[in-house]
Formats: sequence, C-alpha cells, structure tokens
Amino acid sequence: MADTAVHADEHVDHGGHYSSTGLSNNKLAMWMFLGSECLLFGGLISTYMLYRGRHSENLGPDQVWDIPFTSASSFVLLMSSLTMVLAVSSAVRDDDRNTKVWLSVTALLGALFVAGQVYEFTTFYREGLGFTTSLFSSSFYTLTGFHGVHVSVGIIMLMSLVGMISKNKVVGDKKETVELFGLYWHFVDVVWILIFTLVYLIPA
Amino acid sequence: MSTVTEQHNTHGDDHADHGLTDLGYIKIAIFLAVITAVEVVFSYTQDQLGAAFLPGLLILMAVKFFMVLLYFMHLKFDSKLFSLMFYIGLVLAVGCYAVFLATLHFFQS
Repeated sequence: MADTAVHADEHVDHGGHYSSTGLSNNKLAMWMFLGSECLLFGGLISTYMLYRGRHSENLGPDQVWDIPFTSASSFVLLMSSLTMVLAVSSAVRDDDRNTKVWLSVTALLGALFVAGQVYEFTTFYREGLGFTTSLFSSSFYTLTGFHGVHVSVGIIMLMSLVGMISKNKVVGDKKETVELFGLYWHFVDVVWILIFTLVYLIPA
Repeated sequence: MSTVTEQHNTHGDDHADHGLTDLGYIKIAIFLAVITAVEVVFSYTQDQLGAAFLPGLLILMAVKFFMVLLYFMHLKFDSKLFSLMFYIGLVLAVGCYAVFLATLHFFQS
C-alpha cells in the first residue's frame, strides 16, 4: 500500500493522473474510448456490407468507385500516421519545434484527405448518387461521412495542440498529451485501412 | 528488432519505452505503403487470383491494421492493460456484428 502511494507520488510532478498500477488514467481512458469506437465503426461497416448490393443497376459501387483516386487518398492518410508518430517521437525528446512541425504536417495531410473525400462525394452526387438514392448510398455516405467527421475533429484537435504548445499552455504532461492525440489519429487511420479494403477493394 | 531504442523516461511504465527510432517508423510506413500498393494490384487482378483474392486481401488488411496498432500506437511496447482495453472493444465489435450479419444471412449470399 505504502509502495503504491510512493509510486503515485512519483507522477505528481509530471502533472498527469496515474492509477495505483502506475498507468496513466488519461491513456487508459483513451484506449477504452478507442475500444468503444470499434463498436461504432463495426456497426457502420456491417450495415454497409449488408446493404452494398441494394442499388440500381447503373449506380452501384463497381460503377462509381475511382480506385486510383481513393488509393492516393489512402496513401495520404497512411503518411499522416507516419508524421504523427514522428511528432510523438519529437515530443518524447522535448523537441517542441519539431513536434509542432510534424503535428502541422499531420493536420495538413488530414485536410488533404478530407478535401479528397469532399471531391469524391461531390463527384458521386453529380453522377446521381445522393444520400437517399439507395440503401447502398445511404450506408456508404453514413460510414465514410462519420469517418470524415472523425478526421476533421482530429485536424481541429491537432491545430489546437500546436497553438497550445506555441503558447506553452498545455496542462499536465506534454508528452502524454501529444501521445493521446496520436492514439486518436492512428485509430482514424486504422479505421480507414478497414474501410479501404472492405468498401472499396472488395467488389459488391 | 535492431531499430528498437532504449528511450526510457521517468513517467511510469505506460510509456517507459517508445519503441522504434524515427528510421524504424519510416521503414514501417514504407512497408505499409507497399502493402497498400499490393492490395490495389490485387483488386485489378481478382480474375487471375480466383479463390485466393478475398483471403489474400483480408490478410493484407489485417497485417496493415496490426502494424499500425502495434508499432505506431505502441501497443507492442506498452502495458498489456491498454491492449486489453482496446481488444475487449474490438472482439466485442467483431463478435457482435458477425452474429448480426449471420442472423441476416449475409454469409450465405
């Protein structure tokens, strides 16, 4: 018990909240949140899989998908995971300048991905694939739209973090804060890995 | 792995070892990019691949998924409790929706 108290006290100086196991409560909560997000995206992906065949003859996945374009978008998001992990690595080294640079590059790549998604949605809409056109289109826009919102929220979080680091207003352990943002960003990438294969590459 | 560093800090066991060097992360990213390219090639050659197409694609997807999870998200180097928190959600989601899809005869079509 005494050991636990001493162990917990060791972490007070770093500004974070640690459980009796020595693990960060914030990080534990983030992993629990990401676990719960699996259920959200699992539901959306399952619904899409169920309804992907429910469309008119000329407006199905095989007719509207632009695989080279989506592959390029996937590559951009994948590379944003690399820049994010480099930001975390810089934060661990207390290198604020590089942390801000890599976080900004990550946000930029994320914005590029979202721009690609907006372009893709616009193209599909012009081809006649609206949200209520078919069960396929509804489930597709809901799934990829939810993912896009997650990326957009991530971009806002990243830019806020860059601002907070610049003004030295990060409360608590800065390294851990960057790491938590990184976990969220990587999860968004992981979900896209599933969407890219299950939605785009496997034919309906 | 030779690229594993010994970046220890004083913030507790949860992020005592951050795993790879920057070069190691770049190598992982290149590997992931190559797998993505192979996946795209798979989608264009599904007729030639035949029955190997779907399992091959799913295996490549799983490799990418776990590479990001284990290395970029540091689950390989972090406390097992973090892994447990995430895998509970993942297993619950996969199990729950597999039953959901099976109930609606998805796998028979």
